[in-house]
Amino acid sequence: MMRLIAEKVTLALVTLAFVLTLNFFLFRAVGDPRNDLLRVPHMPAAERTHLIHERGLDRSLLDQYGIYVRNTLSGQLETSYHAGRPVTDVIGEALPNTLILALPATLLAALLGTWIGILSARRRGSAADGALTGASLTLYSMPEQFLAIAVVLVFSIWLKAFPSQLSEEPGSNAQGLSHVWDVTQHAVLPVLTLTASILASWSLIMRSSFSEAMHSDYMTTARAIGLSPRRAVLRHAVPNALLPVIALTAISLGYVVGGVIFIESVFSWPGIGQLTYDALLNRDLPVLQGVFLLTSAAVIFLNLLADLVIIALDPRVRAT
Amino acid sequence: MAVSSETVALLLGAEGNPFARRLRGATRAVRSIGRRPLGAFGLVTIAFVVLMALLGGALAPQNPLSTASFDFAHRMQGPSGAHWLGTDESGRDLLSQFLLGARVSLIVGLAAGIASAVIGSVVGICAGYFGGWVDRALTFLDDWFLVIPFVPFAVLMAALLQDDARRIPGGRTGIIVLVLAITGWAGTTRIVRAQVLSLREREFVERARSQGASHFWIMRRHILPNVMPIVWANSVLIVALSVLGEAGLSYFGLGDPDSFSWGTVLYNGFQAGAINQGAWWYVLPPGAAITLFVLAFFAVGQVIEDAAGPRARAR
Repeated sequence: MMRLIAEKVTLALVTLAFVLTLNFFLFRAVGDPRNDLLRVPHMPAAERTHLIHERGLDRSLLDQYGIYVRNTLSGQLETSYHAGRPVTDVIGEALPNTLILALPATLLAALLGTWIGILSARRRGSAADGALTGASLTLYSMPEQFLAIAVVLVFSIWLKAFPSQLSEEPGSNAQGLSHVWDVTQHAVLPVLTLTASILASWSLIMRSSFSEAMHSDYMTTARAIGLSPRRAVLRHAVPNALLPVIALTAISLGYVVGGVIFIESVFSWPGIGQLTYDALLNRDLPVLQGVFLLTSAAVIFLNLLADLVIIALDPRVRAT
Repeated sequence: MAVSSETVALLLGAEGNPFARRLRGATRAVRSIGRRPLGAFGLVTIAFVVLMALLGGALAPQNPLSTASFDFAHRMQGPSGAHWLGTDESGRDLLSQFLLGARVSLIVGLAAGIASAVIGSVVGICAGYFGGWVDRALTFLDDWFLVIPFVPFAVLMAALLQDDARRIPGGRTGIIVLVLAITGWAGTTRIVRAQVLSLREREFVERARSQGASHFWIMRRHILPNVMPIVWANSVLIVALSVLGEAGLSYFGLGDPDSFSWGTVLYNGFQAGAINQGAWWYVLPPGAAITLFVLAFFAVGQVIEDAAGPRARAR
């Protein structure tokens, strides 16, 4: 088991190194960073050389790579072209806002999706299963931005039930509880939209993994030795079917990040997503790179965590 | 279940058939998919979109790129007799843009889907056939592409490539296809590799090898025909994801402003403030069309999967 854990940790570190390297070379293989950096018209030649020298862009590729790795590992990313401030700061300010949306939505989607998946697996082939699976597939097929636009149109433009813009009332300087209440009101729609857009990943996976578990040999055995159906499901089918869900919850961070980018931009929610959207419109490449690095690192870390959880939970894996 | 056995025969059989037999097999597969309500829905919807892509140019009342189509007196107006789907922020007919959008969305989805399937099969066959360090390196790459957060990666790559738009065939649309292909192959590779691992040990491969066939010959003539059915079944899903991906990348303004895909119409609507003006006619048709089109591919994929999954069939 220790060997297995060591293997997983090594793999995660190698993957992280790969992301770092790719991030560096992607930037240099496509276009010259010296041109990207110097998009200022009428910049004096001396200033130009100074900037190039300051960023080490006149040194050899290997030297640049060394500087890049050292800087990145110490949490020092490049400077945003648009904001003129370190990317680390810009992302750091946006991240908490994104977590306000992403954490509740992920939790809600995982619980609700798992439940829906079990529900439709137990009535596989019935009208209820058809409706639930159909709804899941439809949500899965919907472009996130379209879902978000539809939600805003219906719930805040026509019904005026919830605010649709920003994370708080403009100009508000409310403190304490009233600020929390303000943000909560603004968060309701984006959180629910995000939940709906990622829900299907859980419900569809759980549906197939649960019906597979229900038809497995150990369930036949459990019934044969006289366990009540309820006990058989709870003790045997659910734990087995949940393993892929744990793995999925880690992998799903990728979808969550994707969904959040679309949804924040529609709701003008000042998080990572809005940042990415603006960075794209302004061609702010360092910010895009930073978001890519951050989300990749988070996904790698969560995958490692999921692997470790599965090792701890699954006696079959532990035995190897 | 007659449906499933035929589909399975198609999925698992087909060992280097002549063209006629393959065609017959394909027709039979399409027919058996169509016999299930879900499959029929999928096939009819896809056929409808293909028809729209073929005839859209002829049916569209306006060419949105011609200056004659601009009519600033009738901006952002709802559906009417003159403009069935209303007008955009420049007074242009939205029905025309919707009809033309089918073609771009379909072509991008198919091109990216096919490219992903080709890359995925080649990498999967190489990994499974050669084994050893080749397999380990390719599997590492594959795992990485499977977990990578798609949106930040695709968006970064597309943004970096923007400057080279003129050098890439198809311009910005070509970039979108390229990015979707680079990010979309990993799923196919995983499935193909698993299949090749077992094919590699079969007698016919052994026999070919003992008769002195080259690696390329074996992969081309013995392995490839046997993984093609899985690749076909899988590319249905990849095309669906590519259509969605195109809509996503277009929404970030990465699409070609001169070509109208459903994704770019959605983007234009959002940028023009369709939300605050309550201009539902701007965003609903392209959004619903993408949803239905993607759903159709998933439905077909689901029918194939239900038919092929031994556990589901045993019930």
